Amino acid sequence: MKLIIAIIQPDKLEDVKEELYKAEVNLLTASEVLGHGRQKGVAEIYRGAKETGNLLRKIRLEIAVNENYVEPTIKAIIKGAKTGETGDGKIFVLELKECIRVRTEERGGVAIG
Amino acid sequence: MNAGDTAWVLISSALVMVMTPGLAFFYGGMVRKKNILSILMQCFIILCLVSVQWVLYGYSLSFAPGRGFWGGFGWWGLNGVGLEPYADYAGTIPHQVFMIFQAMFAIITPALIIGAFAERMKFSAFLVIIILWVTFVYDPVCHWVWGIGGWLKNLGALDFAGGTVVHINAGTAALVTALVIGKRKNLDKNIPTPHNMPFVALGTALLWFGWFGFNAGSALAANGLAANAFVVTNTAAAAAGLSWAIIEWLRNGKPTIFGVCSGAVAGLVAITPAAGFVNVISAIIIGLLVSVFCFIAVTVIKPRLGYDDSLDAFGVHCIGGIWGALATGLFASKAVNAAGGNGLFFGNPKQLLVQLTAVGATLVYSLVVTLIIYKVVDALIGVRVTEKEEAMGLDLTQHHEKAYTVLE
Repeated sequence: MKLIIAIIQPDKLEDVKEELYKAEVNLLTASEVLGHGRQKGVAEIYRGAKETGNLLRKIRLEIAVNENYVEPTIKAIIKGAKTGETGDGKIFVLELKECIRVRTEERGGVAIG
Repeated sequence: MNAGDTAWVLISSALVMVMTPGLAFFYGGMVRKKNILSILMQCFIILCLVSVQWVLYGYSLSFAPGRGFWGGFGWWGLNGVGLEPYADYAGTIPHQVFMIFQAMFAIITPALIIGAFAERMKFSAFLVIIILWVTFVYDPVCHWVWGIGGWLKNLGALDFAGGTVVHINAGTAALVTALVIGKRKNLDKNIPTPHNMPFVALGTALLWFGWFGFNAGSALAANGLAANAFVVTNTAAAAAGLSWAIIEWLRNGKPTIFGVCSGAVAGLVAITPAAGFVNVISAIIIGLLVSVFCFIAVTVIKPRLGYDDSLDAFGVHCIGGIWGALATGLFASKAVNAAGGNGLFFGNPKQLLVQLTAVGATLVYSLVVTLIIYKVVDALIGVRVTEKEEAMGLDLTQHHEKAYTVLE
């Protein structure tokens, strides 16, 4: 089992969701986060006081998958989120030790899908 | 000079002023949260820009007496617009009170158009378009309908508080700009949902409140006519809010606050030209029906024709305005206002024809001149933001500010 965390552009969320559904990955959690990588944040100015390098809005996706879904999920995220410019985001793949479905108390791979 | 009249029109001017910030929240709640400051900014800068334009030459172009097309520069810088009444416009209040009351109308009219091109116009281009639009569209049309010597006024067109001058005029400009600027990016996949419905409701409240000044203030006196306008305004807004909710309930299964707000504003738009000429039963009919027309315009016609009038400036203001102008030709009654006229239902079919002429002339003029202004500004400096700026939002890219923080 893997936990896939992806940071993407907010306006790419719908595209990524569409690609994920096509790959039959239907379970995801999304949250709004702030951050920037090589793409520097935009300067903001409040009553003349300039704040440089402010963080930009991003969407963070968390998707838990069984091994055979890891590559399709990664490909789907790339297909939906890639524009080729800085700021497109990152995908992190982590080992997932355990997964428990609260309703049935099932554990492991069966609890994911 | 009459102290009561003067006090009422001064207060009405302040009421109409607050409609523009009210509109800012009405529209601001409807856009995505990356763009709300751009809407507030556009509304507030119009308040600043047109206030100055109006006293410098806008009032003169609109209201200086004489020509059929516009008023000329005789009253430049309020030259000759003093503290004594000017009887041809309002005999019991200082001329400058009439002037500042009218200023608030000139301010909110261009602000209404913002709804059509929300979330995708460059701020610099916006400023140029607005100043050209008030000068070459609002000021002339205002003169035609309300100015001494204006050709539609001479024809006998009835427009109590600005259905033609304000709503049809701005609504037509809205359709033109929505068509030429094009749709927002990714519209088919990302259907943009309003980011703050409480703001929409707050904006509606401010608009409804301010509209008492807009319509009842247009009596230009604290008298029975003002009372009639006040009562029919409230009644039409209420009937239209109810009617929109019922339509939604029947068609979509649930009534929404967005629907009631949209209906109330549509009702206010429709009663605007009629407020000084119709009775309260006519107001209920006007209100109930306007929601039907506007609902069809925004939920059936708009998707079918495929233009992206983001916040329905055309669907509510132009459609509602046209219905109001024609309804005036149907329901106007000399029993309400002896200085007005009788409509079709009160034995004078000719009035409907005059109303149609006023609507048609305004539509065509606003359409053509708005298109020319847009094309000229687009050729000179470009009107639309880049795709990247649109994706990031106008708040950050046009103003280097954001409305909401995620951390802290």
